Parts: sequence; C-alpha cells; structure tokens
Amino acid sequence: MGLVVSVFSGFVLCFFAPLINKLAKNLCGKLLALLPLSLCIYYLTFIPMVSKNGSKLLSYPWIPSLGINLSFNIDGLSLLFAIVICGMGTFILLYSDGYLAGHKQLGRFYVSLLAFMASMLGVVLSDNVFTIFMFWELTSLSSYFLIGFNHEKESAQKAALQALLVTGFGGLAMLAGLILLSITSGHTEISTLVLNASSIQQHTLLLPILILILLGAFTKSAQFPFHFWLPNAMEAPTPVSAYLHSSTMVKVGIYFMARVSPIFSGTNEWMVIVTTVGAITMLISAYLAIRQTILKKILAYSTICALGIMTLLLGIGGSLGATAAVGFLFGHALYKGALFMVAGTIDHETGERDITKLGGLRRYMPITATGGIMAALSMAGIIPFLGFIGKESLYTATLHTNNYSVLLSLVSILANVAFVVVSGMVVYDTFYRDEQTTPKNPHEAPWTMWLGPLFLGVMGLILGLVPGLIGHSLIGPAASAIIGRPIDLHFVLWHGFNLELGLTAITLISGFALYIYKAKVLSLLGPLEVILSYGPLKFYDLLINGMLSLASSQTKLLQHGYLRLYILVTAIVGSCLVWPHLISHFGVFDFEGWHDIHTNEVIVILLICVGAIMTFTVKSRMAAIISLGVVGYGVGLVFILFSAPDLAMTQFIIETLNVVLFMLAFYHLPTYEVTTHPTNKIMNIVVSVSFGAMAAVLVLVALHVQLFESIASFFGKYSLSRAHGHNIVNVILVDFRGFDTLGEITVLSVAGIGAYALLKLKMTEREEIEGVNK
Amino acid sequence: MEIELALTIGLLYGGGLYMMLQRNIIKLILGVSLLGHGTNLLIFTAAGLTRSWPPIIAKTATAANENLADPLPQALILTAIVIGFALTAFILVLFQRAYTVLGTSDTDDMRATDR
Amino acid sequence: MKSVIFSTAIKYLIPLLLLFSLFLLVSGHDTPGGGFCGGLLAAAALSLYAMASDDTASVKKMVKFDPINYIGVGLLLAAGSGFIPLLMGEAFMTGTWTKVGVEGSWVIPIGTPVVFDIGVYLVVFGVTLLVLLSLVEENRGN
Repeated sequence: MGLVVSVFSGFVLCFFAPLINKLAKNLCGKLLALLPLSLCIYYLTFIPMVSKNGSKLLSYPWIPSLGINLSFNIDGLSLLFAIVICGMGTFILLYSDGYLAGHKQLGRFYVSLLAFMASMLGVVLSDNVFTIFMFWELTSLSSYFLIGFNHEKESAQKAALQALLVTGFGGLAMLAGLILLSITSGHTEISTLVLNASSIQQHTLLLPILILILLGAFTKSAQFPFHFWLPNAMEAPTPVSAYLHSSTMVKVGIYFMARVSPIFSGTNEWMVIVTTVGAITMLISAYLAIRQTILKKILAYSTICALGIMTLLLGIGGSLGATAAVGFLFGHALYKGALFMVAGTIDHETGERDITKLGGLRRYMPITATGGIMAALSMAGIIPFLGFIGKESLYTATLHTNNYSVLLSLVSILANVAFVVVSGMVVYDTFYRDEQTTPKNPHEAPWTMWLGPLFLGVMGLILGLVPGLIGHSLIGPAASAIIGRPIDLHFVLWHGFNLELGLTAITLISGFALYIYKAKVLSLLGPLEVILSYGPLKFYDLLINGMLSLASSQTKLLQHGYLRLYILVTAIVGSCLVWPHLISHFGVFDFEGWHDIHTNEVIVILLICVGAIMTFTVKSRMAAIISLGVVGYGVGLVFILFSAPDLAMTQFIIETLNVVLFMLAFYHLPTYEVTTHPTNKIMNIVVSVSFGAMAAVLVLVALHVQLFESIASFFGKYSLSRAHGHNIVNVILVDFRGFDTLGEITVLSVAGIGAYALLKLKMTEREEIEGVNK
Repeated sequence: MEIELALTIGLLYGGGLYMMLQRNIIKLILGVSLLGHGTNLLIFTAAGLTRSWPPIIAKTATAANENLADPLPQALILTAIVIGFALTAFILVLFQRAYTVLGTSDTDDMRATDR
Repeated sequence: MKSVIFSTAIKYLIPLLLLFSLFLLVSGHDTPGGGFCGGLLAAAALSLYAMASDDTASVKKMVKFDPINYIGVGLLLAAGSGFIPLLMGEAFMTGTWTKVGVEGSWVIPIGTPVVFDIGVYLVVFGVTLLVLLSLVEENRGN
C-alpha cells in the first residue's frame, strides 16, 4: 500500500503546488522538496529486503478484461531508480527555488515537475507493461510542458514539440511491441514474462517485438538516430535539463531495456541491435560533444554518449555488463546532475553560457566550483571517484565479451577520451584560466543552488572511496534484476595492475592531449561536418515540413468553402454507399399493398406532396414558408392516423412555432435573388432525384428486412410494472432512455442560448451604433 | 399505405436536398426543414405503421397489448421534432446575422472562413 | 406585426392554455402529453401573445424571471433527479418511486421520472420562449 501511495503522492501534491507557491512564496521549493526527500527515505527502508534479492509485489485489478492491472513491484533495479529519482528530485526542487526565484509562472513549473517525478516513479515501480506504458507517456507529456516552459520563445515551442513527437513516436511503437508481446506470450506482467523468457525467445515474432520495444527505448534515451531531440531540449530551464535530460527521464529508456533484458538478452538479435546502436551513438555524440562551446550543449551530447555506453553494456549483458551498466548509471546520475546544475548556476550568475567567454570563476563561486570540479573528476574517471569504478567496469565488460571485444573496447576508450575533454571544457575553461568580463558580475549562488552540486560531487568521492556502501545494497541487486539471477558482485575501487588500468592510463593521456590540441584535431575532422549536416535532424525537418505542406494542400483541395459543393459531395458519397446495399435487397419488397389506403389518408398524402412541391418551386419566400407549414401539418396528420398522439400534438405545436419563427425572422431574411447556373441545375436535379429515390427504396427495404430483434416488447412489458406509466412513449423518454433525453435537452439549451447570444450580440452592436449617431 | 408514404418520403428527401444545393441561404434553411420532415417520416414508416393502437397501456391492463404501435421510434421522433425546431431557430438566427454582417445571401460569397 | 383582435383573443386564452400545458405535463405519464408537449404549448401561448401585441415586457412580467433562468433550473432538476437514486445505492438515473397519500383512500406514486419530466418541461419552455421573445424584441428594434 505504501508503494502505491508513494507513486501517487506526487500527482496529488502537484495540484496543490500553485496554491503552496502563492502562500509560501519563497519557501515553496523548499517545502515541496520535503516530498521527494521523505519518499527517498521511505525507499531506503527497502534496502535490507532488496539486498537479499527479494522483491515486493502489489497488484490491484484495473481493466481486468484487457489484462491491465495496477501492479507495482519493487526489486533492486526499481529501487535504484526510485532512489535516484527522489534524491535528485529533492535537489532539483531546491535548485529551482533559487534558479527560477520570482518567475511568475513558478507554480505551473512545480506542477509539471512534481507530475513528472510521480510519473517516473510510476514507470520504474510498475510491473504491468501497460501501466509502465501509461506512466511512460506521462513522462513524455510532462517533459513537453517543461521543455516548453518558456512558451513565448519560438525555439522552446519547437524543441518541446520535437521532443514530444520523437518520444511519442517511440512510445507508440513500444505500445505496439508490448501488445504483440502480451498476445504472443499471454502475460502482461514483467514478473511473469521473465519466467516465460525461453518461449518468447523462440517465437517467430521475436524480431518485430524486439524492434518495436527498442524503438521506444531508443527514442526516449536519445540513441542514434533519434539523438537530436535531446540537445534541442536544452531550451528547458536548467533544473529541467539537470533532472529530466541527464539523470532521470532519458534513463527511462535504459531502465526499460534493463527491465526486459532478462526476457530478450541472450538472443542474437538483442545483442547485435542494442550493442551496435549503443556503439554508434557513443562515437557520434563523443565527436559532437567536443565541438560544442555552449555549456549545456556540451553536457547534452556527453549525456547522449553516456546513454550510448549504458546501451552498449546492456547489449553485452552478462553479470559483467549488468554490473558495469548499473555502476556507470549511478555514477553518471551523480556527476551529470551536478554538472548541469553547475552550468545553470554559471549561466544564472554570469549571464554567459559560452565557455570561450568564461574563465576564472572559482574565485567568485568557490563552493559551486568545488562541487563542479569533483563532479568533473568523477566524469573523467579519475581515481578514487565513483566514475573511475564505472569506467573500469566498462572496460572489464568490453574486454571480456566474446564478440568484437577489441572493437568495442576501442569505442569505449574513444568515448571516455571525450569525457576527459568534456570535463576539462566544463570546469577548467570556466573556473580556471583568465578572468573574462561577463554580462553580469559573477558571485556565489544562494545555498539552494550550490547544495545539490556540492552534495553530489562529494557523494561521487565518498562512494568511490567506499564502494561497499552501495555495492551489495544497491548495485548488486539491480544487476541481478537485469540478468534475472543473483550475481557474484565485483564492485571495488582497486583491481590491481591489470589491462583495464592500462587502458585508463591511455584514456587519460589521450584525453589531456586532445584537450590541448582540440582546435587542431577538430579542423582535421572538418570534412565530417558535411556528412553530419545530412543527419537525422534534417530528415525530421523534411518529414515535418512535408506533412504540413501535404496537409495544407489537401485542405485547400477539400475545404474549398463552397457549402453547396460540400452538401453535394456528401449526398453523392452517401448515395453511392447506400445504393449497392439497397440493390442487393431489391427482391424483398413489391408494390402489391398499394391499395391498402383509406380516403382520408390519400388526402393527407396529397397535402404533404403538394406542400413539398410548392416549397421548392414557388418564387416567393412567403409562399414557400407557408407551403413548408402545410407539409409540417400534413406530417402531424400522419402521426394522428397511425397511432402516435404524442407526436401529433408536439408536431402541431412545433409547426405553429415554426411559422411564428419564420414570420419573425422574415424581415431580416434575404429575398430569392441568386439563381443557380443551368449546368449546375441539371447536376443538382440528378443528384436530388437519386437521393430521394434512395430514401424511398430504403423505407421499402427496411419494412421487410429486420436485422435485430425488436426491443419494443420490453418497453410494453415493463412500462407499467417498473416505471408506473401507461404512456409508453413518455416512459421511454423520462425513464427507460432518460439519459438520452438529458443529452437532448442539453443540446436544446445550447442551441437556444446560442441563438439568443447571436441575437443579443446584434442588438448591443446596433445600440452602440445608435449611441454614436446620437 | 407504406408504399405511398415511401414515395412521399422520397419526394421530401429529393426536394429537401435540391433546396439545400441552392446558393441562397433561405432556400438552404427551407431545404433542411423539408429533409427533417422526411427523416421523421422515414423513421416512423420504416418501423411499421399501425392504425388506431396508440402505445398507451389500457387502464385495466398491467402490460401492453401486442397490437400496440412500436413506442420506441415515436420517442425518437418526439425528441427529433423538438431538436429540429431548436436547430431551425439557431440557423435562422445565424444566417440572419451572416446576411446582415456580410451583406450577401449567396453561400458562394461566404467562403472566407474556410480558406 | 401588431394585431389587436388576435392579441386580445389570445390574452384571454393564455390562462387556459397554461393550465392545459400543466395538465399535459402532469398527466403525460399515462395519457398523451408530457414535458416536451407541455413546455412547447406554454411557450407557444406566451410567444404568440408577445408577437401579436408586440409587448415582450408584460410576458416577461408574467413569467417572473428571465426565460434563460428556466433553462438552467430545468437542466438542474433533470440532471439532479438522476442523482437521487445514487443516494439509495442504485445506478445513476434509475427510476425511484415512492407513494404519497393516505393508505386505502388515495395514493399517488411520485418518482424521479416525474421530477425529470418537470425539468424537461422547464428547459423546453425556457428555450422556446427565450429565442422567440428575443426575436420579437429584435424585430421591434427595426
């Protein structure tokens, strides 16, 4: 029960955030941060249970007919993510409090952020694949609001839409994959799917399922070729970038891959696709990261690179791959969150975000600098930081894999070289070097803004020195959940002098060298720019623009504005759809019963026919209105003749009112001046005759064909006994089908108020004009 | 009687559509009303006609006699008649306003909103 | 569109017509009639008078409130009657009946459908009167 409360508490609190913001003003962020803090503490209490590789499952039926349950499961992997989400959430809320202080839409910001946090918890704690999907989409949606938070900016609108479209596309693909998966296996819970892994792996639909699910994960985690949305999403306020786009949301794709890896890992398809995509992403984003100069963009590309590494490790799999993936992920969440916050602080306090125009800031913001430098050292993978352990385990995993070990190790080294360079660019270029003049006078940030980076930086050091703190309590259980069996954990700082340490030395030396000769290397790689300019972003733009122009051209063609042509097309299409069915039933009716008619009925029929013909032939409006009235009264007479007194009564009153209505509106109505072109006239006549004939035949056919059993007897049977009414028609209206009537009187009210509003509008306008004239 | 009514309905449908295809807005309104009458009659006739057995349970009976007319189409038509009136009122006022604002009764000249 | 004879005649007919419309409403559950019919008839009587005498003010005085209020009250009654069964653990809009009167001599069953029908009556009455009265006013403006 506590689990469910913990997931939904964020959703509940988010509704009150604007109110709290209004009341508590500057305290709001600090107050709201208490929620993730207490949730974080709550989740920590699960450690003893999880470290024994236990898990806790809660399930409530939601849509049982579709196999969708509101089920929650907490195991090592979920717990690790939940702690990261809540822990980071606490610092991000504090940080936003300082970063966005005084922003007039802060309340709305907190709503989206809390909703996002709750959705994230929902994703990582749900066990049912469709519940996961629902929360998954909620994260996309809240991320859309957060990226587009500065909605007056066109670039923010575009970036938000791009992120939504790309991740939304992936989400739909994933839904298709999940549906296929649940149909082929007959299960919708991850915990039972894992038990049926072998049968799923042998299924012929394995490849489509895998590709569809991975599309969801790849788009969310910004893997090549969907990586382009993440750098653009840096339009978001920095707390959002730090939270969503580095430490949590983009990792939800990684989470899901890890979650389903016990089901798919071990198949060739999984290994090839996941590893290749991870490796390509690493290479491309590593190059893109070092050629940026805007702080947040550098970090964004390096985040993509890190996500590529995690993907690669999940592709490699096995206990080494899983341990490395989890270790790297945890280390990355710590240092990248910190670095993003540092980048935001620099931007906030100096007004400058380009590293070439920054320098010497450590004197002005020493605490931020300390946190930032520690985080950067962890990122560069320098002993004894947690990042070092992550990198070492990455090398261990790539060196021990059976396929393409050398190639994968090489790619990993290149990625880590880029990390060293990025670390240098992010902290050395900004905090050291010579001072530069910036738009604002730099000074230290408020405590809410430096607490996060400092804490995370220090954690990177402490956990690096004492990895045992998280080893068997978090990393081990999470890695076990990824491979689906308990593992023999190897998570220590010092491995001795081995090949991995040698590779680290090579990485660091080449990293320093590349940092120093960056400009030269980049100019050597210049030709690559041409190829990259034809990247997936171009394809995305082409697709969007193509779709828009297709939409506008087809709108121009179909929505031409000629009302009569709309009606004509509707009538023609309608007739064409109905006629074939009617023709196939031609045999069922005959004209034998034509003489079964009384004299008074003949008169009524003639009345209607003459009225109708008059209505569309007379040249005067008044005569046409009166003829229409004749038709109406004729119809009322038909109702009388054929046992419908209620209808007849209503029809007579309505007809009277109709005449009143037309008479009142008469003076303002136009005369019959427009005449239709002769060629159009022939067309109109042909279509109208066919339409009329269709209606006539339809009646004749309907009289002889009964598709469903009549339900009239039900009403007759129970009208008196259950609804206490002799008049069955009235009983249907107010009791049996009362809900329909409620809808109808609502429509009636809307139409009446609409007409009234139109009239009032006109009258006030005229009064205004008269007032001016006076 | 059904056959004659079917032909009448055909006339109402054809005439209604023909008027709706005109460019003059007042003909359009009249056409919609004709079509409305036709549709009410269509539902009424297609459900089967019954002479002199209104769907009202006799004072002494406890349930309906089998000969009674089908009450369901009648209930449908009853609301349709009232809604039809509201619809006519609304389009009348709307077109009146369009006519005064745009100064034309030709629907071909009222295309600006769709383009 | 002023017509003295017509307006005088209908003026005396109004109480009768209104009474008849109430009769239609009340008896509608057992004999032809009901909320739709009744509401329309009442509105027709009043708006015919307004049209013939060109005098919307006295009609508005007769009905006490602006017709738009009748629509709101009617919708509230109709929708609200659906909630009564909820209190008794039944589904929304289940017909709920109770008997009023002296056991043995006279008993009238009263149920939520009756309340619903009154709501329908008020909505139909309000809508029709609202539109027609505004049209009359609008005409007089010219």
